[in-house]
Amino acid sequence: MELLIGQTLSGLANGAIYACIALALVMIYKTIDHLNIAQGEMAMISTFFAWQLMEWGVPYWPAFFLTIFVAFCGGVAIDRVLFRPLAKAPVLTHLAGFVALFMILNSVAGLVWDFTIKPFPYPFGTSPFLGSSLISTHQAAMIGISMVLLFLLYLFFQFTRIGLAMRAAATLPESARLVGIRTGRMVSLGWGMASAIGAVAGMLIAPVVFLEPNMMAGILLYGFAAAVLGGLSSPAGAVAGGLLVGVFENLVGTFVPGVGHEIKLPLALALIIAVLALKPNGLFGRKITQRV
Amino acid sequence: MMDIGNTSTRTDPSAAIPARPGIGARFNVIVTIVLLLVLVFAPAFAKNFFVFQMTLWLIYAIAILALNLLTGSSGQVSLGHSAFYAIGAYTAAILLNETGLNYVLTLPVAALFGFVAGFLFGFPALRLTGVALAMATFALAVATPAIIKLHVFEEWTGGVQGLFVDKPRAPFGLPISDDAWLYYLTLAVGVLVFLFGLSLLNSRTGRACLALRDNPIAASAMGVNVALYKTLIFGVSAAIASIAGALSAIAIQFVAVDSFTFHLAILLFVGMVVGGIGWLPGSLVGAAFVVFVPNIADGISQGLSGAVFGGLLLLVIFVLPNGAKQIATWLSAQFGAK
Repeated sequence: MELLIGQTLSGLANGAIYACIALALVMIYKTIDHLNIAQGEMAMISTFFAWQLMEWGVPYWPAFFLTIFVAFCGGVAIDRVLFRPLAKAPVLTHLAGFVALFMILNSVAGLVWDFTIKPFPYPFGTSPFLGSSLISTHQAAMIGISMVLLFLLYLFFQFTRIGLAMRAAATLPESARLVGIRTGRMVSLGWGMASAIGAVAGMLIAPVVFLEPNMMAGILLYGFAAAVLGGLSSPAGAVAGGLLVGVFENLVGTFVPGVGHEIKLPLALALIIAVLALKPNGLFGRKITQRV
Repeated sequence: MMDIGNTSTRTDPSAAIPARPGIGARFNVIVTIVLLLVLVFAPAFAKNFFVFQMTLWLIYAIAILALNLLTGSSGQVSLGHSAFYAIGAYTAAILLNETGLNYVLTLPVAALFGFVAGFLFGFPALRLTGVALAMATFALAVATPAIIKLHVFEEWTGGVQGLFVDKPRAPFGLPISDDAWLYYLTLAVGVLVFLFGLSLLNSRTGRACLALRDNPIAASAMGVNVALYKTLIFGVSAAIASIAGALSAIAIQFVAVDSFTFHLAILLFVGMVVGGIGWLPGSLVGAAFVVFVPNIADGISQGLSGAVFGGLLLLVIFVLPNGAKQIATWLSAQFGAK
């Protein structure tokens, strides 16, 4: 029983990270209707930035918040420079843009910081959380920080003017523009926020998976699985999907015999395929109806 | 070169109204003949290592052609063709090691396995469109190395160690080196696949896929079975990628997990975009980039080739939206006008 609870909790810790990535994916999906394949690489490069700051002697928390800010600006810049000019281009062009971004970020990280694996500091240490043997402090922090972040985002979208404007711009861009919302800025803001959320997820997961240019591929896979499970268009669904996927991953790894660590990626893939085959709209997604 | 301009994702105004079809067509025929002659006689003048590089180039061209066929005809994009490439490579290697089947005969078996895998994967994945489908196939590419290393398959795939394959000898006492023989084998397979691709695009199936790409609702109203054709073309594309994988196993004589990471899938995609989407001869141009850019770029600094490819992609997006096809069309028009 203790094993079950412990594994569920550490599953929730990983799940919180998947939830963040899934949310970042869903945010960009809602604003520009495309899934950002480079989302993981954006998070990775932000994490490298934080690592570099700490190498230069900046303490953890200033580096943490500075990285979030820089990631936000980077996300806005990517939108302005790369994707704004492509706004009316066909899907394939967008996809090529995402792939180009993916390759450049991955390659630049390798060029600047090389491909060796680097340790990343635990801000709270790895001691047992409050003396409990079930979960470490870092895992508790992963859950705590992500949940606070997600709650803040909820407040932002639900109760601020600009959050409302962003939702309007995402739902009906033309009508939003007619009532005076600068939809272009809202899209940029969405990119910046997605990038910042990714940075938080990257910095929280980096101590666990270690820092290297390909560190986010697996996480992105799980984030995508979470987003698909949550229905792709629902932010709350993405978060719930992330937590579910994290717990599922850990429980299967622990309790199904003959299944070890190496099953992680195939499991995510199987999950994606299963959801698409059995419940294509996910748990919380609406069925998309198209006007002919 | 033959131009299947009607399958490009963007309509090219200059292609729509061929000013002097006779001259343009003659130019194309001449270029095709010259290209074939160069391809046939090149090994006679090249060192064995360069012949090997050219074999790799043709193999990548076949794999990129597989993607081109998929994207050009049905508008679906796959970032997961490294998985089907891997299926072909392992099928060939395992068959050669375990059964002693002739290496040429492993190709159709690999194609069959690739087709089945593509068909099965396509079935759920094709509920997605556009970038979401690309993401799902990308998930397949990311998971492929881990799947190969699974305990269940390790006995067959050799896990991390990989598999060795014997190099085929030139048959019938032909007076050419083994490398040259492999090159000609690949070239022959490549030409066959190319002709198959062309005729597929001009067949009923090809037209059904084009209709799906341009307007799925209208196509299904006309009686095109959307799910069937989408899955079918995905399966065919996977089969061709699988043939390329099998050829690579025979040519490199070694199959290992590290060759089939998602980087391969992305490279194939880049090759397709650089060559011009939906333009089958562009596969050769794209494959040349895929083979030769890393040779040069990684010599300068490890990891640089990714940045170069990314830059190339951006260049294509912003300057040459139709890739090499655009340059070829322009050249054709220049020479045709004289």
